[in-house]
Amino acid sequence: MHDDTDTRLRAILRDVLGLNVAQVAAFEAETGLFGALPELDSMAVAGLLTEMEDRLDIVIDDDEVDGELLETYGNLLAFAKGKRER
Amino acid sequence: MNSVAWPCPAPGVTSEEFALVAGPSDAAARVLVVPALFEEANRTRRMLAETMRVLSDAGIGCVLPDLPGCNESLAPLDAQDLTSWRAAMVAATDHFSASHALSLRGGAVVVPQSLPGWQFEPIAGAQVLRPMLRARTVTAREECRTETMDGLLEHGRNAGIELAGYRIGAALVRDLIAAALPELSPQSVLNLEELGGAALWLRSEPGEDADLSTALAARIIADLKL
Repeated sequence: MHDDTDTRLRAILRDVLGLNVAQVAAFEAETGLFGALPELDSMAVAGLLTEMEDRLDIVIDDDEVDGELLETYGNLLAFAKGKRER
Repeated sequence: MNSVAWPCPAPGVTSEEFALVAGPSDAAARVLVVPALFEEANRTRRMLAETMRVLSDAGIGCVLPDLPGCNESLAPLDAQDLTSWRAAMVAATDHFSASHALSLRGGAVVVPQSLPGWQFEPIAGAQVLRPMLRARTVTAREECRTETMDGLLEHGRNAGIELAGYRIGAALVRDLIAAALPELSPQSVLNLEELGGAALWLRSEPGEDADLSTALAARIIADLKL
């Protein structure tokens, strides 16, 4: 169940960062996010997390947001999947 | 499309506010366009202006007033609350003889409920604050300071707070926390999925989306012809 997390997360990144479909489709687990994508500044991080909450129906606590979470696409996806399984 | 000054009642005084006005002066329908709140308003202004241009070409009047304290308004933002914003939008409805209303995002908690019309991707007041609070906690973390969203919110409701460059007074913080979307509204809810297009309000460099503006205008034109 919830195997649409990957699809949804890519759509959120596309919407929040204004990336095109091909760019987002090419994301792999090791693809860098924060620090690697110029579009992802602190305002965008806030927008990204808020959209994840709304569209994935999860709640993200302040202390769950750290550098590691946003380091790679794989980390963010694993986090989102873990949240949705709870 | 013109920027027009108009007399907007404010507590104790009448202040001059600005509105973007488009369309024929004898238009049968005039749409009050209520912008999104704070940074989302800047991100979507070009999209809304383009929507207004398409509507005015179709013979529909449009007016996009500034919320007091926002955009070109000279009123102090930290003196505003939802009551003053709602009063300003009611006054704009009367002054510009608006027959319908279109609100975007958080504008849905400010738009006069006396008018028929449309709410595009409406969000409640708490949802307006959440990304702004979170942006501040993310920035704090980068600077090795600890701030929590709950802590900031508590401070804000007592003393006001600066979020994303906006000085929001305590009254407006409290009003936004409490502002739910109207359950019974004469306005139809439109969402991005049915219109197609980009969620420009989420982006730091949104640009514009002509297709979205056209689709939004087309929906309004179609509804007005029913």
